Amino acid sequence: MNVQLSTRYLGLKLKNPLVIASCPLTHKLDRLKRLEEGGAAAAVLPSLFEEQIVHDDNAISDAQDFGTESSAEALTYFPEPQDYRTGPQVYLEYVERAKKAVSMPIIASINGTSEGGWTRYAKLMEDAGADAVELNIYFVATDPETSGSDVERQCLDLVAAVKQSVSIPLAVKVGPYFSAMGNMAKRLAEAGADGLVLFNRFIQPDVDVEELNTSSRLVLSSPHELLLSLRWIAILRGKVPASLAVSSGIHDAAGLAKALLVGADVGMIASAIYLDGFEKVAEILAGLEEWMERKEYESVDQLKGSMSRENCPDPAAFARGNYMKALVSYTGPAI
Amino acid sequence: MERRRFVTVDGNEATANVAHMCNEVMAIYPITPSSGLGEMPDAWAAAGRKNIFGVVPHVAEMQSEAGAAGAVHGSLQGGAVTTTFTASQGLLLMIPNMFKIAGELSPAVFHVTARTVATHALSIFADHSDVMTCRTTGWGMLASGSVQEAQDLALISHAATLESRVPMIHFYDGFRTSHEVNKIEQVTEDDARQMIDMDLVAAHRRRAMNPRNPVLRGTAQNPDVFFQAREACNPYYEAAAGIVQKAMDKFAALTGRQYRLFDYVGDEDADRVVISMSSSIGVVEDTVKKLNAQGEKVGMIKVRLFRPFDTGALIAALPKTVRSIAVMDRTKEPGASGDPLYLDVVAAVTEQWGKINHGAPTPQIIGGRYGLGSKEFTPAMVNAVFRELAEDQPRLRFTLGINDDVSNLSLDYDESFTTEGDGVTRAVFYGLGSDGTVGANKNSVKIVGENTPLHAQGYFVYDSRKAGALTTSHLRFSPRPINSSYLVSCANFVACHQAHFPERLDMLSIAEPGATFLLNSSYGPDEVWDHLPVEMQREIIEKKLKFYVVNAYRVARDAKMGVRINTIMQTCFFKLSNILPEEEAIARIKDAIKKTYGKRGETVLQRNYAAGDGALGALHEVKVPSEASSKLHRLSPVPEAAPEFVKDVLGTIISNRGDELPVRAFEADGTFPTATTQYEKRSVALDIPIWDSEVCIQCGRCSLVCPHAAIRMKVIDPAKLDGAPEGFKTVESKGADYSGMKFRLQVFPDDCTGCGVCADVCPGKNKKVAGRKAINMENKLDHLEHEQANLDFFLELPDVDRTTVKIGTVKGSQLLRPLFEFSGACAGCGETPYVKLISQFFGDRMMVANATGCSSIYGGNLPCTPYAMNEHGHGPTWSNSLFEDCAEFGMGFRLAVDQQIDYAKMLLGKLSSELGDELIGAIVNNKQETEEEIARQRANVAELKNRLPKSKDPHAKNLLASADYLVRRSIWSFGGDGWAYDIGFGGLDHVFASGRDVNILVMDTEVYSNTGGQASKATPRGAVAKFAAAGKPSKKKDLGMMAMSYGNVFVGQIAMGANPVHAIKTILAAESFRGASLILAFSHCIGWGIDMTTGMNYQKEAVACGYWPLFTFDPRNEDRPFSLDSKQPKGDFKEFALKAHRFGMLARSKPDESERLLQLGQGDIDERWHYYQQLAAVEHGAGEASEEAAAASGNGGGNGEGKAKAEKEATK
Repeated sequence: MNVQLSTRYLGLKLKNPLVIASCPLTHKLDRLKRLEEGGAAAAVLPSLFEEQIVHDDNAISDAQDFGTESSAEALTYFPEPQDYRTGPQVYLEYVERAKKAVSMPIIASINGTSEGGWTRYAKLMEDAGADAVELNIYFVATDPETSGSDVERQCLDLVAAVKQSVSIPLAVKVGPYFSAMGNMAKRLAEAGADGLVLFNRFIQPDVDVEELNTSSRLVLSSPHELLLSLRWIAILRGKVPASLAVSSGIHDAAGLAKALLVGADVGMIASAIYLDGFEKVAEILAGLEEWMERKEYESVDQLKGSMSRENCPDPAAFARGNYMKALVSYTGPAI
Repeated sequence: MERRRFVTVDGNEATANVAHMCNEVMAIYPITPSSGLGEMPDAWAAAGRKNIFGVVPHVAEMQSEAGAAGAVHGSLQGGAVTTTFTASQGLLLMIPNMFKIAGELSPAVFHVTARTVATHALSIFADHSDVMTCRTTGWGMLASGSVQEAQDLALISHAATLESRVPMIHFYDGFRTSHEVNKIEQVTEDDARQMIDMDLVAAHRRRAMNPRNPVLRGTAQNPDVFFQAREACNPYYEAAAGIVQKAMDKFAALTGRQYRLFDYVGDEDADRVVISMSSSIGVVEDTVKKLNAQGEKVGMIKVRLFRPFDTGALIAALPKTVRSIAVMDRTKEPGASGDPLYLDVVAAVTEQWGKINHGAPTPQIIGGRYGLGSKEFTPAMVNAVFRELAEDQPRLRFTLGINDDVSNLSLDYDESFTTEGDGVTRAVFYGLGSDGTVGANKNSVKIVGENTPLHAQGYFVYDSRKAGALTTSHLRFSPRPINSSYLVSCANFVACHQAHFPERLDMLSIAEPGATFLLNSSYGPDEVWDHLPVEMQREIIEKKLKFYVVNAYRVARDAKMGVRINTIMQTCFFKLSNILPEEEAIARIKDAIKKTYGKRGETVLQRNYAAGDGALGALHEVKVPSEASSKLHRLSPVPEAAPEFVKDVLGTIISNRGDELPVRAFEADGTFPTATTQYEKRSVALDIPIWDSEVCIQCGRCSLVCPHAAIRMKVIDPAKLDGAPEGFKTVESKGADYSGMKFRLQVFPDDCTGCGVCADVCPGKNKKVAGRKAINMENKLDHLEHEQANLDFFLELPDVDRTTVKIGTVKGSQLLRPLFEFSGACAGCGETPYVKLISQFFGDRMMVANATGCSSIYGGNLPCTPYAMNEHGHGPTWSNSLFEDCAEFGMGFRLAVDQQIDYAKMLLGKLSSELGDELIGAIVNNKQETEEEIARQRANVAELKNRLPKSKDPHAKNLLASADYLVRRSIWSFGGDGWAYDIGFGGLDHVFASGRDVNILVMDTEVYSNTGGQASKATPRGAVAKFAAAGKPSKKKDLGMMAMSYGNVFVGQIAMGANPVHAIKTILAAESFRGASLILAFSHCIGWGIDMTTGMNYQKEAVACGYWPLFTFDPRNEDRPFSLDSKQPKGDFKEFALKAHRFGMLARSKPDESERLLQLGQGDIDERWHYYQQLAAVEHGAGEASEEAAAASGNGGGNGEGKAKAEKEATK
């Protein structure tokens, strides 16, 4: 029996539910091709960071000017480049090249701070040929004066502004740290998000005890991180008029199956490929197919959401009851 | 036909544009002020701009001007239309080839920015000593007097040389014309095509060397034929002037601008005429016109074609009525009967006057000298010349613009005489290099020049110091063409872009009554008055100046522009000057911003726009009180306690009044005292390092890396601390060496440049606040007074006894007093810490030969110089010869010193009976390898010098004169990679081969830093530099390996920031080696595009990734001389490289090429490391044969062979 792996995400028809998450893997054309050859249905490009662009452009301009017009003998120190290729230009060129290099949908990603920057860059991505845009909202409210509702309002305004600037679908990737995730998800969808990507894995600062300094490094996801996304996808399935994607913790076919069961339209992977190589894509897809056949699912559409909170036999598990159950059933090694 | 447009460009750009259009090959080499002439075609070629032949010219950087001339010669023989650009010594290096090129009648043009040839001193500024040195080469010489002429005569010279076959020097005054921005009508490619006759180009190609039609050139000829053959060229020279005039006429028909070989301007019946050349002609012309308007019968001749000198044309151009002529030369030919132009005019008049002007009395001719080294030349001076010509017996020889109280040659002049017309905006702007003032003013000149009918001129004066460099911009806007090639001295707009300048500078003496004064200050319109020095208040009141203040710092900060206040001040200038309607001015400024920054992206564009938008809101008029009431006074340039010479001469120069100094103020041979930077307190830092004594681990790294010797340490006898100022902290000295002593780290608050390198390298971390260290950069003003008092006391404390110091450690080295301090090098300079360290070790017995470049500028540019003296008055003695001969110059020191040692020893022998064997033995047998031995030798030589005057033996007097040589001298050649890798490599190589004890420090910045970042052979693969705009394609030369190949040369490659102890030990080992020593010192530079604060850590990363491996090759270690001293490379070269703009800009502009070159760069690193590893394992000197070979190769020429070998044994 052949199973139907195709799915829809952000209104895009995908050949299967496995999407490559935004990560440096998608930043090279040869890797992008290998991922497609392995069967990936779509790829999210690494985020274009607005702060990075602002910082780099200013830094390059400052470096070009540094020390100039000070000494009669050395009025400048560098030749004037014909093309600085500043701003999002390099990224946009990559979107174009990626579109030409592969046939799967390419989702551009943006991580920014200012309304002007987000909307402008999103439009430029659309113009460059991106099939959709993923808006990565990463905001740390360091100011104690900033309230949760302030943060929510800011997010919603941004989503609305970006949505207005583009005609391609818009996915919004957020973290789980909202007081009422369900309500926030609903409002994000109302503000214009065609899909929600759950969840953003924030890079957390670390402390270097030797250098007595801070350091930051990306830690690969682990399978247990899937659980948080599973819960929220399960809760939101059927409640929010938006596509849903799981973006953390899928490391094998079972992980992807779980994501689909609770209601995700797609599952995204990145860490699994870093850990096990490009072959992982095909392996997960084959595993999913094998599992579906074994479980006699005909299609992804059929299984998708079949274990959402609405549909599962124990809805309390996705609410507080799940927590209580875990506690009472826990027996540590000391007992 | 293409339409000609008006552009506002400088003389170099005007000329380079023509050169690019008309040439196929350019062989170039950077030298100020011509560097831009080569850089522009190089950049245009990189961008694919074609010449009028339809191809992109080939631009090739050579290793020296001599090399460039050779390549030009070859290219001409190869049949390409070829040019080069140069100045000064560079032109002199081309002379041998110039004789050949002219001798072979090859058409070519050299565009020369005429610059002073170094004599008693180097000068980068204008006079004709360089071009006049070429008079005998057989080249034609065309002189341009303005930016417009520089373009026009460039094209005329290219056209004329092709027809005449006489090669042409087209020259104009360095800086004055090369860097003056002026509005000109630009010639088009169509114009160039009209002027350049392709049939003549084809003829040039036909004459080229071609195996299908073989010829022989460059023969050697014997006395029988050489002379006749040399005379064969005469017809070409006879025809050349006419051909030049023909080209001028053709050009006039095209453009309407008519030039003549000698252009006469003035009264038709003039009785007095001044003859001059180049940028002075505009000044003379303005004066003539003014005097004519006053009814005076005066005139002038503009000399365009100086060679071949058409005597008939000159006489024909002169009015018959002329009775006296003054010929103005911008050069000095000491000992000649007259300067060159004068002599030519005398010969012409003597020979031709009677023939052409039958019966008219022959005029009297006098000769004047002006403008050497860009000395100002003004209408007031020209007026004085005409006054002199009116005398019955005018002075036959005179000088202008100086006060010559030695030879009494100078003419007095009435400074109030001016030709400046009405309706002219004359504006002067005082800024800092870093604040963008010059760039904004260049834009302002362009805005006015290209958007209004007004004529516009900009000229910019720079500081000789690079940290905290003052810039002065002189702008004129006029309804009439601007000929005034001299500084604005009567300004109707003065702007001070930095609030602290009024403390030290008198900037309002040039303001005319009623002028506008704009000050950037963080004080508002109600507060600023009380913060001005009283002298400035008085000038504002007396001259009734309109006074405005703007807080540009705040606007810049809000716009995220950092310290760049350029756009803000520019906007205020347009608002206040009313040159353009406000709205239009703002629109044009935005256009200019877009033109300048548009390519850099929206972010950069927007912040500049924001700066401009915020400017007018922050601009306020200040209500000027009727009385000057400030308690502040302008600071004197040097302290009262400074020596007389420092106060009288250097202080005057510091106050920008150097022009007032008379001839007698200077030593005739160019000698200056050292140790003078200590008197000039520039106080340029915003933040200074503040010591946290509790956290300090007393490692000495801050002091070691300080580029300006502005943070130092002492161990102090506690008994000496009586009377210390309050808060003068000391702590117990750590370690056993100075147990019981106190330790203090002291900042020199007015000498620090605020670079922050000390704080960056400080390893002492505050346990309570991890972000703070033992050194923290803090606001200077919060600490200034306190630290000044501390410093005064610190300086009184005695230095440590050198003989007790473990100098091979960082801490030990830093207890030694630096004898190189407070130079004008860039903040965070990577070179000066090495120079300072060497001065700490050997400064009191050191002779320095310094190659021209950054190190000669920060080492020897007036007013104040950084080589210093210890408490005994001993210190480095320093001299700069040339760019190319630094190694040889140092070797000359060695030859003289060794000879004098031999001589003194011989005399000691002759005086042995009188002096006694004990003293003589102590002197002769002292190896002088340790501080103790050196100290003992000093004492013994002092004793010897005490005894000698008492001797009646005639040898005693001679020995007294040479006795100082008996204290071992440390001979050093200092220079950069441009010298060592390129122009000076031949000499360096020869010094290696000589085996002589010369220590060579190459401060490798991997680029020509001083001339603005041109690629050298030290530039790494993949880095962008000028002349390598597309990334340097080839790998860096391994100079160390080349030196090692001799076997008898000590070689050390060091990076202070990576391994300071290695640097220290290598320097000590190099100096102790009694043969040639080469130290390659990794020296970060602003030409790299890195954060200079972190320069030392950048060095660390360079070593860690294998980019700059540390090693030593010590011939004394005969078995294994090579030691690889850094760790196995770790990490990725690319990651390291992309932190610097020099690599990063290519990664952006040409990512694929960058990737390719960086991969090759990684390969270079891997391969070199692999090779060095193998080398480190090689055992040397196994057999007798190889020893003999080493001796033979190492000591060729019999120079010091035995000595080197004996000393090598001795030092084992």
